[in-house]
Amino acid sequence: MAVLNEEQQMLKDMAADWARERMPVTALRALYDHGGGGRAEALGYDPDAWAEMAQMGWTGIVAPLEHGGSDFGCMGLGLVLEQLGRTLAASPLLSSALIAVSALRLGGNAAQQARWLPGLADGSVIGTLAVEEGPHHAPERTALVATPAGDGWTLNGIKRPVQDGMIAHLAIVVARVEGGGGDRDGLRLFLVPTDAPGLTREPLDQIDARRPATFTLTNVAVGADALLGGADLLDQLLDRAAIGMAAEMLGIADQAFDTTLDYLKTRVQFGAIIGSFQALQHRAADLFGELQLARSAVEAALVAIDNDDPALPRLASLAKAIVGETVHVISQQMVQLHGGIGMTHEHDAGLYLKRACVAAQCYGSTAWHRERWARLNRY
Amino acid sequence: MRAMVESAAIEDQDFRLEARAWLAAHFPPALANVPGLLFQGSRAAADANPDYQLWRAAMTGKGWGVPNWASRYGGAGLTMAQGKIIGEELTAIGGFNPIRSYGTMMLGPTLLEYGNEAQKLEHLPFIASHERRWCQGFSEPGAGSDLASLTTRCTDMGDHWLVSGQKIWTSGADEADWCFALVRTDTSRKHGGISFLLIDMASEGIEARPIVLISGSTHFCEVFFNDVKVPKGNLVGEVNQGWTIAKRLLQFERNSLSEVKADITPLAPLAHDYVGTDALGRIDSPDLRARMVRNAMRHEAYLATVRRIAQEAKNGGPSNGVSTLKNLWSGIIQERSELLVEMMGANGLGWAGEPYSDAEREATHAWLHSKAFSIYGGSYEVQNNITAKHTLGLPG
Repeated sequence: MAVLNEEQQMLKDMAADWARERMPVTALRALYDHGGGGRAEALGYDPDAWAEMAQMGWTGIVAPLEHGGSDFGCMGLGLVLEQLGRTLAASPLLSSALIAVSALRLGGNAAQQARWLPGLADGSVIGTLAVEEGPHHAPERTALVATPAGDGWTLNGIKRPVQDGMIAHLAIVVARVEGGGGDRDGLRLFLVPTDAPGLTREPLDQIDARRPATFTLTNVAVGADALLGGADLLDQLLDRAAIGMAAEMLGIADQAFDTTLDYLKTRVQFGAIIGSFQALQHRAADLFGELQLARSAVEAALVAIDNDDPALPRLASLAKAIVGETVHVISQQMVQLHGGIGMTHEHDAGLYLKRACVAAQCYGSTAWHRERWARLNRY
Repeated sequence: MRAMVESAAIEDQDFRLEARAWLAAHFPPALANVPGLLFQGSRAAADANPDYQLWRAAMTGKGWGVPNWASRYGGAGLTMAQGKIIGEELTAIGGFNPIRSYGTMMLGPTLLEYGNEAQKLEHLPFIASHERRWCQGFSEPGAGSDLASLTTRCTDMGDHWLVSGQKIWTSGADEADWCFALVRTDTSRKHGGISFLLIDMASEGIEARPIVLISGSTHFCEVFFNDVKVPKGNLVGEVNQGWTIAKRLLQFERNSLSEVKADITPLAPLAHDYVGTDALGRIDSPDLRARMVRNAMRHEAYLATVRRIAQEAKNGGPSNGVSTLKNLWSGIIQERSELLVEMMGANGLGWAGEPYSDAEREATHAWLHSKAFSIYGGSYEVQNNITAKHTLGLPG
């Protein structure tokens, strides 16, 4: 655990308590149907819980003071995301409070900030980033096209999956104004209200009971004031998205490990507590080591955002890749070490496994971030 | 409170500038990044190097080899923060502490806690001046990782101790002046029958024989004690208290073994030379490249972990992660040295002579030597036992 100041420590403790009491794993279960799919009518989040988060100020943690935020920094928001990860609490906090707010902070002009930030900061507006178009993270291959039309633009194309897409009011849509697939210079970001005419959305039934969406944009017209920035802004957003997701994944891994460790200390087999077997002790010790690497990488990346560290891109990819591997190994071992019970829908292990797998894919998989780190370090 | 913190920060910044200037004036540039002169290298080779002599004299004169020790013990009486600054500034110029040794890293801190004043005055100044070098007489042929089974016997003869037995894996024993040893003073108990003794290697009845390892290195020795007489005053702490003292010393050892190594020179440029590059300028072997990247990322995360844990420890947080750090470090560095040799291909397989370059031979020997990392200082398995029981609370 990083050395936190008093306010950060209070925020972390508060988030840990709230997640445990208000959004335990049973809350996530309520989003599943009996057989393990997402419930058809569920939206992958709990509006009442979201309102409470907003009331506690979490939606405005990284928003500027003049727009209703607390400007408390990404380390603070990362602490909250980590605690939510521990109980697999489903919410659009990452999409809205980190990514959408950052988009406007970093790339918005005064009018755009005044229009959107107060609502994002107080939670009345849920924002998200619509970047993916296929099964793999590949923003530079964006095909959704923006064509100039009068003073504004017309958008055509498909986005899938859009995280929290079914509940978002505002989407930051990655589009192409020129060039072909692979050309990053032609990328632009647009602010698109999700009730814009021509935008339709369909829910995806995902293994973690979240409801990401498929967006279909058919001649969606936006004004000149919808344009937010280009590929550099997108990189900055994706760094923050990766780090925020890594913070959640750290919480997932930490809790998966703690739950498994508790089981090793209580389960009796062959007349002995299984945690007394050296093979399992050493596996636990190795996993604990992996968790240390993951925590360091995530915390270093969060600090780098707040310090405007030029090493941020490298540290973002380091965090996402290191924690991606850690959460993968630990969630697998959570199932394995629980034995048969770990394979059942009734037990939490499967829920951790599923969310870990989804999170690892979001905003660049472990392999994607290794490749990016390799490129940045000239390997 | 805040004002105190800030004024300390200003003083530290002043000290950093002072240290930087002094090191710039005294550290011989020819020694920059010369790992061969570090403490496990040959004493004779180091002593014969005029730059090293100058550097050592400058540092011992200043007391900066042991900056936190009191001046009566040969140190500079600096704060921990200032000592750390010296280390950081040294690292920044590719420098090293010329007297880094078992004396400075392990025995010194232990004597400061457990030694009496006479022992401190007798030994610490000579460690600080680098005139007296130490080896660690812990492991025995039948007591490596199971250290508490040691049998080297120490008998109270009234006016002296009489020591008989054998130690093994004693680093640098053939070049050491003194040995801090664990000896058995009570055969009826295991952990509780061990004492901590300081032994002059010039004493009659001691023989040290170097052991040749797979890397060709000879700094490990077997040491034989045949009825060696040791003065009564050389016992540290109480009789049979040796295990407690040793555990503390081993903490200092693990700390030093898991210290941040400044050198994370990327292997990529070398790989580009040895393996070639593809059309995009990448290492022209996707498999080797992927494994190198994974290892380099783990290395970076490891260094971040050492910094994080050091910061937490400074702020009073738990510091029981040393066994974890040691295992992570040995695993990452072993894999790194394997990758380096693999990248060199057949040129990484030479033992001596042409056509192998110095760097290639060094890489090969370093790879073979790295196999020791997960064995010495408590094996991988022993460290994991410590983590499982003490950090994770798993049942014995």
